[in-house]
Amino acid sequence: MNGVIGLDQVAVRAYRGMCLARAFDTKLSSLYKAGKVFGGVFLGRGHEAVAAASAVFLKKGHDVYNPFIREMAGRCVWSEDALLEAARSYFGSVLGCMGGKDGNVHWGRPTQGNPAPVSHLGAMLSVVAGMMLAKRLRGESGDVGVACIGDGTTSVGAAHEACNLIAVEKLPVVVVITNNRYAYSTPNSEEFACADLVDRGRGYGMRTHSCDGTDFLQTLSVMQQAVQAARDGEGPQWMVATTLRMCGHGEHDDSSYIPTELKEAYARKDPLDVARRQLLERGWLGASEADEMDAVAREVVQRAIAQAQREAPPEPRMMDWRATSWDPQKA
Amino acid sequence: MNVTYIDAIHRAMEDLLAEDERVFLYGEDIAGSFGGAFKATKGLAERYPGRVMNSPISEDAILGVSIGAALGGMHPIVEMQFADFGTLALNQTGNNAGAHYFRTGVPVNITLRMPCGGTPGGGPFHSQSVEALFAHYPGLHVLTPATVGDAYDMLKQAVQIPDPVVFMEHKYLYRRVKAESFINPDPLPVGRARIAREGKHATIVAFSAMVPEALEAAQLLAAQSGYEPEVVDLRSVKPLDTDTMLASVARTGRLLVVSEDFPWGGVAAEVVACVAAEGLHLLDAPPLRLTSKESPIPYHPELWKAHRPSAATIAQATRYLISL
Repeated sequence: MNGVIGLDQVAVRAYRGMCLARAFDTKLSSLYKAGKVFGGVFLGRGHEAVAAASAVFLKKGHDVYNPFIREMAGRCVWSEDALLEAARSYFGSVLGCMGGKDGNVHWGRPTQGNPAPVSHLGAMLSVVAGMMLAKRLRGESGDVGVACIGDGTTSVGAAHEACNLIAVEKLPVVVVITNNRYAYSTPNSEEFACADLVDRGRGYGMRTHSCDGTDFLQTLSVMQQAVQAARDGEGPQWMVATTLRMCGHGEHDDSSYIPTELKEAYARKDPLDVARRQLLERGWLGASEADEMDAVAREVVQRAIAQAQREAPPEPRMMDWRATSWDPQKA
Repeated sequence: MNVTYIDAIHRAMEDLLAEDERVFLYGEDIAGSFGGAFKATKGLAERYPGRVMNSPISEDAILGVSIGAALGGMHPIVEMQFADFGTLALNQTGNNAGAHYFRTGVPVNITLRMPCGGTPGGGPFHSQSVEALFAHYPGLHVLTPATVGDAYDMLKQAVQIPDPVVFMEHKYLYRRVKAESFINPDPLPVGRARIAREGKHATIVAFSAMVPEALEAAQLLAAQSGYEPEVVDLRSVKPLDTDTMLASVARTGRLLVVSEDFPWGGVAAEVVACVAAEGLHLLDAPPLRLTSKESPIPYHPELWKAHRPSAATIAQATRYLISL
């Protein structure tokens, strides 16, 4: 396979992120069902290959990475402490980067190239555009921004404005669209009328890519091309990966609107299983190494969650409630 | 009297571009030789190549880009062509930029210029005063200059403030308000109101284009009735300088708040609530509001004049307030 050459180490790193994310999701789902988490819990089952691929070609400290709801695998690839930060976000630890002021999937470290997403879908695309524009204005080149959205977000006005703007300014942004077939409960057929979301990217004037998001190596290979093209100055890239969300929108949602046959079909191509099989087939990972990676992932997840649960919650009386950094009383 | 309010805004941006390499200008139709719908950026694109940029007609994305650019260390000054279209950027401004410091501890240095307020013939969607919409969101400062000097100083100060600042520049004042110079050796800090006219019989609180109307009303009252109202120019609706208003009300015992926005939940309502909450005992009469009508802003100049507060209606309201 062209493009897959040289992917062995990258693929193992991506797979490790997928294992961590799956273990995290499994644990978090149990905690949610046990009533141990405030608010909603949003998992990335079925998205792991795309998510991990979206981060694995990026250079932390240079590039911009904007994951959102189902990119836990990408977050784990992007930073070593992602599990702990994600756990802190869910449990509202005062030590987390959001300090209990925001939670669940709404966390990030904007000064480290990782903006903190708001709930309003599509809003972060233009923020990523601005971060890349700032680099251009400062004379920095060769960096890439990856912004992750879903099929539903392609219907949002903010996403359209941002994608058009990214294309007009020829910014080095890869828009990763994970089409998981359902925007919450709404199927693709009620979300958009174009034959394929790839057409949208063409309409914006972006170079387009598409892949089967359950096929780990194909996803990696196509993502590599997209990220490299953006890095090489070929302008914005539109990358559509198709998969199925193998869970509800959140854990409160039983996803009964997804036909059983579709669920069963995708259960047979779970990205974790596909990735493991592909890595073993190529000899990039041994069976015992893969088992070990899985076991370590579960252990690391346990530790991260236990730590976040032990950490102090924010104390209302000690909180800094200020909404602005500048205080007119002190001016 | 050869410098206008819009000259001051133009000059402030020119000086900011010269002084701070992190500053860039972004918005619809602001670049090239065109220089903006109101010519506020005329000539700046030529003088600062690459730092004055046209955007697509995408108000939401303009603000999103400015958030990202601020995170990237820049100091964007963005122009909404009309404040009315700022509602299209309300999500990014309020929910994203406004919440950013609280959520992450990282302020975003954005200056959002919004040509606001009514002009004859502007109609319902090129005339609105949307201060209250933006001020409602925690995390935003909303500045409302009424004079040439404040237009210059406060735009420069806005960029020094690390947070998102909404700079409401009134279109009616652009070429009608003039001064000898915009240079003020000792500018007031942002957040401090100004006594625009000293008086004793009532306090008229106003901001933006209502300040010259209030001053004209005060002159009318002095000439016709011998009343001497005090006029307070808020200068910013957020922060709101309650102290200066309370001190004035302590002297006069009466409060009229004039605002060009719609009445329900508007700036005047907030000012009355703040003053009454802290200074009810200072008032000899119920506080009074005078705002535009509870209807969209009409197109015909005669209808428009009747829709907004004017010197005549402010004078009338003040007489009523003093009679109580």
